[in-house]
Amino acid sequence: MLNEEQEALRQTVAEFAHEVVAPVIAEHYEKHTFPYDIIRQMSKMGLFGLPFPEQYGGMGGDYFALCVAIEELARVDSSVAITLEAAVSLGAMPIYRFGTEEQKATWLPQLVTGEALAAFGLTEPGFGSDAGGAQTRAVLDKASNEWVINGSKAFITNSGTDVTVVVAVAAVTGETDGRKEISIILVPSGTPGFHVQPGYSKVGWCASDTHELTFDDVRVPAANLLGNRGRGFAQFLQTLDEGRIAIAALATGLAQGCVDESLRYAKQRHAFGQPIGNFQAIQFKIADMEVRTHTARLAWHDAAARLVRGADFKRQAAIAKLHASEIAVTNAREATQIHGGYGFMNEFPVARFWRDSKILEIGEGTSEVQRMVIARDLGL
Amino acid sequence: MKIVVLVKQVPDSGAERNLRSDDSTVDRDSANNVINEMDEYAIEEALKLREAHGGEVTILTMGPERAAESIRKALSMGPDKAVHVLDDALHGSCALATSKVLAAALKTLEPDLVIAGAESTDARGQVLPHMLAERLGAAALTGARKLTVDGATLTIERQTEEGYEVVTASTPAVVSVWDTINEPRYPSFKGIMEAKKKPVQTLSLGDLGIDAGEVGFGGASTAVVEHARRPPRQGGTRVNDDGEGGVKLVEFLVSEKFV
Ligand SMILES: Cc1cc2nc3c(=O)[nH]c(=O)nc-3n(C[C@H](O)[C@H](O)[C@H](O)COP(=O)(O)OP(=O)(O)OC[C@H]3O[C@@H](n4cnc5c(N)ncnc54)[C@H](O)[C@@H]3O)c2cc1C
Repeated sequence: MLNEEQEALRQTVAEFAHEVVAPVIAEHYEKHTFPYDIIRQMSKMGLFGLPFPEQYGGMGGDYFALCVAIEELARVDSSVAITLEAAVSLGAMPIYRFGTEEQKATWLPQLVTGEALAAFGLTEPGFGSDAGGAQTRAVLDKASNEWVINGSKAFITNSGTDVTVVVAVAAVTGETDGRKEISIILVPSGTPGFHVQPGYSKVGWCASDTHELTFDDVRVPAANLLGNRGRGFAQFLQTLDEGRIAIAALATGLAQGCVDESLRYAKQRHAFGQPIGNFQAIQFKIADMEVRTHTARLAWHDAAARLVRGADFKRQAAIAKLHASEIAVTNAREATQIHGGYGFMNEFPVARFWRDSKILEIGEGTSEVQRMVIARDLGL
Repeated sequence: MKIVVLVKQVPDSGAERNLRSDDSTVDRDSANNVINEMDEYAIEEALKLREAHGGEVTILTMGPERAAESIRKALSMGPDKAVHVLDDALHGSCALATSKVLAAALKTLEPDLVIAGAESTDARGQVLPHMLAERLGAAALTGARKLTVDGATLTIERQTEEGYEVVTASTPAVVSVWDTINEPRYPSFKGIMEAKKKPVQTLSLGDLGIDAGEVGFGGASTAVVEHARRPPRQGGTRVNDDGEGGVKLVEFLVSEKFV
């Protein structure tokens, strides 16, 4: 299914995940620290540049290749996988797709190499699924030719690391015919009035960076508008459509990790005088986990292949995201069950998988939102 | 600087490995075949030298058809091209014959510097770099944990059990490296894509002017008479502390050269 280069990429990332990520990630997770050293090595491998052209320092690959890498990382750990996913498909991609030449020249070289991270701020404390409800406002100060931003954003990935350089903020910039006009504005880290709140205490993704952001009269040049004024809604819908495929790949990786760990454990753990893998109840659980993982992979492969060849992919991306995230939760629950009491201990990877799985049904569009997208696409 | 890196495909030392029952050679069919780990450090060292001093890095492999996979993987790390010595008659060659073949191939490449892993994880002989240096009339700088190049002068820190020795020579030279010398890079996707387009030249024994009788089982200077699986691990030594426990522990550590 993967071509020769995609398979070589998959193997390389798999080796990296086992040799570099696996030995240290549990400690980062426990201490809630961001794994700078791992991210630096991922950047050296060019993972952050996978879907971008060489002109901007990218690897000249495509979105499919990015998803292959994300799946392999998530097979070992979701925190590093979501860091890559958010950095590329939420951070750098909107600038690449919608930015002016000047914005691309300013930000892409450092983002594409992974030396720096960008974040995408859409969700607010009061609005998530209903993104059109955004309350954060940006007013153009004609005198100084600057945007003045006020409001707050919630749950923003990669927004507060030492290497975060810019956050794309969705803000209301006016009103036309009683409808909110939404635009996206680039706010560099460290701009006065832009405050990154302390990290959340999260159930999962404990080695990834998530913050609430507040904006108090934050001023940035008018030229920081991403692309055209009033295009914000369309821009983030397209960003999220693509991002769903990457989240589906991430969820597939987590589901695969559950199979890997359960297989290993079922062969070595004994009960009633034999390996638990001899019991049909355990065998069937693992067989079902494999079936779910395989079908989730087929779903994201299909959506990504459509995206890459320029075909419609909106419905397929929603299907892949919905299916993969739901089966990831199921696989994580079953893998924990197979591990018995040890599955409830944080030092076992399946415990991390269990804690990391639930967010997949929530982030980048909840399962309910995916069903709404699918139903709408079917004409309802 | 023209650098040639020797790369061998070996059975993965982390997985089960077997010798064939018919001819006592490595059973490559049942193995997961990978680049010899130490050779990745040799490649990394060559790439770093190219980055610092310019020049060209060539991979040289002697091995069966499937070694081509390892050559591609090596190329994806960044070397410029590769030479694959491929000939059915090579099957069963001993170290001495292998060095004859590799030396002949190296003569066609005229390198300033040959870099090799200090040992391969399958045979672990550590002899090939010395044999090659001898055949090429080049300096042998073996077992390096550090390599510095200043013009035509090469200096290594040669790793020993007691510490290290500083050894200097001028090019041409054969340097063999341990895994303490650097941290090999992972191939990038661009590297993987580019590796497909890099030239890989295949050479037969005929191309190298070597008679098939000088290599393989017929030309071998050594033979595997018999082989058996390593016996299962023995239980450790138990030291009961009857007042002398500390002394006995230290004696053990000294005997194993830990202190
Ligand atoms: C760890 C983490 C990282 C995140 N990273 C980012 C980020 O980088 N950038 C960013 O912008 N956001 C980010 N988010 C936010 C995330 O995308 C939102 O949490 C998500 O979109 C859901 O929004 P909400 O939390 O406001 O839930 P709500 O929209 O309040 O939904 C609550 C519940 O109601 C349901 N619901 C809502 N509307 C409907 C409807 N019409 N019909 C049926 N059911 C409905 C939802 O499905 C859900 O079950 C992150 C969240 C987390 C937890």
